[in-house]
Formats: sequence, C-alpha cells, structure tokens
Amino acid sequence: MYEGVVQDLIDELGRLPGVGPKSAQRIAFHVLQADPADVKRLANVLLEVKEKVKFCITCGNVAEDIECRICRDPRRDLTVICVVEESKDVVAIERTREFRGRYHVLGGAISPIEGVGPDDLRIKELMVRLADGTITELIIATDPNLEGEATATYLARLIGPLGLTVSRLASGLPVGGDLEYADEVTLGRAFSGRRTVEN
Amino acid sequence: MLRAQKLGEADRIVTLLTRDHGRVRAVAKGVRKTSSRIGARLEPFSHVDVQFYEGRTLDGVSQVEILSSYGAALVGDYSRYTAGQAMLETAERLTAEEREPTVQQYLLLVGGLRALVTNEHDPGLILDSYLVRSLAVAGWAPSFDACARCGVTGPHSAFNVAAGGALCTEDRLPGSAAPAVETFTLLGALLAGDWHTADASQSRARREASGLIAAYLNWQLERGLRSLPFVERNGA
Ligand SMILES: [Zn+2]
Ligand SMILES: [Zn+2]
Repeated sequence: MYEGVVQDLIDELGRLPGVGPKSAQRIAFHVLQADPADVKRLANVLLEVKEKVKFCITCGNVAEDIECRICRDPRRDLTVICVVEESKDVVAIERTREFRGRYHVLGGAISPIEGVGPDDLRIKELMVRLADGTITELIIATDPNLEGEATATYLARLIGPLGLTVSRLASGLPVGGDLEYADEVTLGRAFSGRRTVEN
Repeated sequence: MLRAQKLGEADRIVTLLTRDHGRVRAVAKGVRKTSSRIGARLEPFSHVDVQFYEGRTLDGVSQVEILSSYGAALVGDYSRYTAGQAMLETAERLTAEEREPTVQQYLLLVGGLRALVTNEHDPGLILDSYLVRSLAVAGWAPSFDACARCGVTGPHSAFNVAAGGALCTEDRLPGSAAPAVETFTLLGALLAGDWHTADASQSRARREASGLIAAYLNWQLERGLRSLPFVERNGA
C-alpha cells in the first residue's frame, strides 16, 4: 500500500479493463515521473472525451455530434448497412476502404450465459432503420466467434422476412478472434467475398 | 469448454469441465489475436483435449486438440444455441467446487450437447432432461412420483419446489403448483431418460414441465441462471 493519493491513482487505474494491479502500479509511477505538461494533457483529454463524445443517434457509433461523421457524410451509400458489435470494429472496417455504406453498432453480442439478450443490444433501433425501405442490403460483420455467430443467426432470422439481401462476412477470418485484430487485407477480402445468408 | 472471459489485450480465461479434474479455470494467452493457433479451438461448447502448464495464480493452456466442436453446429440454430448456453451455465453452477472430480456431470454434459447437435429431440426437452438429471447428480433429485415428504407413491397432483417435488393430498403445502397428470408423466420421463414418452408429450405439458424445472433449479441455486430466460422454446 502507498500513501493516500498515490494509492488512489493505482486503485483507479486498476479498475480499467485489462489493467491488473501490477500494470496499475507501473502506470502510476510512470505518471509520477512524467513531465507535468504531459500529465495535464492526458487529464484534459480524459475530461474532454467524456464531455464531447456521444453516441450517434442513428448508428450508435461514437460521435462528436448528434450524428457521427459517417452518417452525416452525403457520399456514403444509403442503401447498405454494415452491422458491427463495437465502435472499434467500425474503425477496423474503415481502414480496409472496402465499404462505402453506413454502419449500425449493436453495443455487443448476444451472450445468454453473460445475461446479454437481444433486448440489451441496439436491435430495435436497427429494425427501425430498416423499416422505411431505403436499405436494400445488410452486411453482418459481428466477430467471427461463438457470440458473434449466434448474433448473426438471430439477426438473419429476424430480418429475413423483410426481403432485403442479408450477407455475412466471408470465412477466411480466423474463428475465435476479435474482428479488431484482423489485418486490413484479410478483413477487406472477407468483405468483398461476403456471402448471402439463406433464409 | 464452458466459458471464455476476456483478459487484458488478447488473452482469455477459460472455464472447462474435465473428465478427471472437475471444473478447471485456466489462462489462454494470445488467443484473441487472429494469428492464434489455439484460439479457434478454445470456444465454449468445444469438446477438447487440453494440456495445461502450471502458473502462479491460474494454470495456462499450452495445447488444444479438438474432439468435437459442438458450437459450430449450434450457432446456426438459435433455439438449440440458447438451450446449449443454459446447459453450459448449469454445468458451471452445479460444480460448485473447482477441481473436484465429477465424471458424471462431465458425461451428462457431453451427452446433452451431442443430443442437441444431432437434433434427435426437441431442444427444449433435451435441455429440461439435462437440467433434472444434472440436479440429480448434484444430489438434488426432485421427486416426480413419490411424495417428497412421506414417500407414498403417486401420481400426485401437487408440486412444491421448496419441499423437493411432488406432494400427496395429506402433505400438500399452500402455494404448491397443481400440474396436470401428463406433466408429471413427462417430468418422470425426462429424469429417467425415457425419450419415447418425452417425445410423445404435448406442448402444454412441455410448457408446464419446463416452468417447474426452472423454478426448482432456481430455488436450488438461490441465484437463478442468467441464460435460462433467454432460452427460446419452440413449442412455447
Ligand atoms: Zn452514425
Ligand atoms: Zn405425502
């Protein structure tokens, strides 16, 4: 245990995802020895991000406005939506430059064992977007793991009766991994080789 | 394999139900990276041959061979997938102690998952049969025929989760459920593994039976199963 505020910092850092007690201690001492200006910049960004960044009212992506930059962009194809689990998947797919449509961020994947069901994700919002008939193709790009596949199954069955083209990213993406870790070439190939889901 | 939880940047903590060592938790390093060779083999529902190495707090997974990957067969069918998830969670919850050998729970789970994949019976029935039988293995067998209090043989017309099952008219407690005769027959068949009778049951009895089994299970576990409310029942 350290004195007062140093321990407070270690405790706070330790609550971050993926940061264990050892790492928390290492980061805390890095902060203590760092240039005050650098620390101030970090602190300001942390505050600013909470103040400024919201979630896009349309697609659920992180946004600095009511809508994210992609939803506001008039050059994007309005007829295609790509469904992903998290905002970081949007970033991964944007890097491939294979996709010109818009996104829908679910906020996770269906995982009954973790207590996450369809109603806990932004699926109702997706159905609302699909209702007006503008969208003709839906690409399901959930993670290539069990929860991602189960979510894709659920969505495909739900959306099937609407009569639009539903496709799933081509296999070739390694099973079991997180989408964000796929390299651009593999992910791009999975995109162009997407297969239509039979329903 | 029962469960995978994200750890740090690219690792997972995996929970497995093993044949000889009961329920085991271990660290699988780097498996979320798409370059991982064992990542794809370590998914819930996978029936695997695993080698561990000794770690400081948790053991690590060094080698994985797939025996059967039931997950791939289950994810394409939402009702079978959700039934399977409830089975995995039950197996975890009913093996309270880590590393306490429980070969019967292991065999029951493997058999249950195999039945789900081969699609021989309604997934809801397979799940319910698995639930009552794994409760029985855990030492909490509900009584569907004899009165849970005095032991007189049925058929009875009352069922009480707190009392442990069926109750005769003498011992009937207030707040007991009053299931149909067909429901008692189905419950008995599910516990005995009498599929001929179970397959022939009607949807009303199935609905009533699964409700009673869920209530009984949740009462025994104190904290209910998370996955059970998400199970999609075909006949319901
Ligand atoms: Zn947006
Ligand atoms: Zn009695």
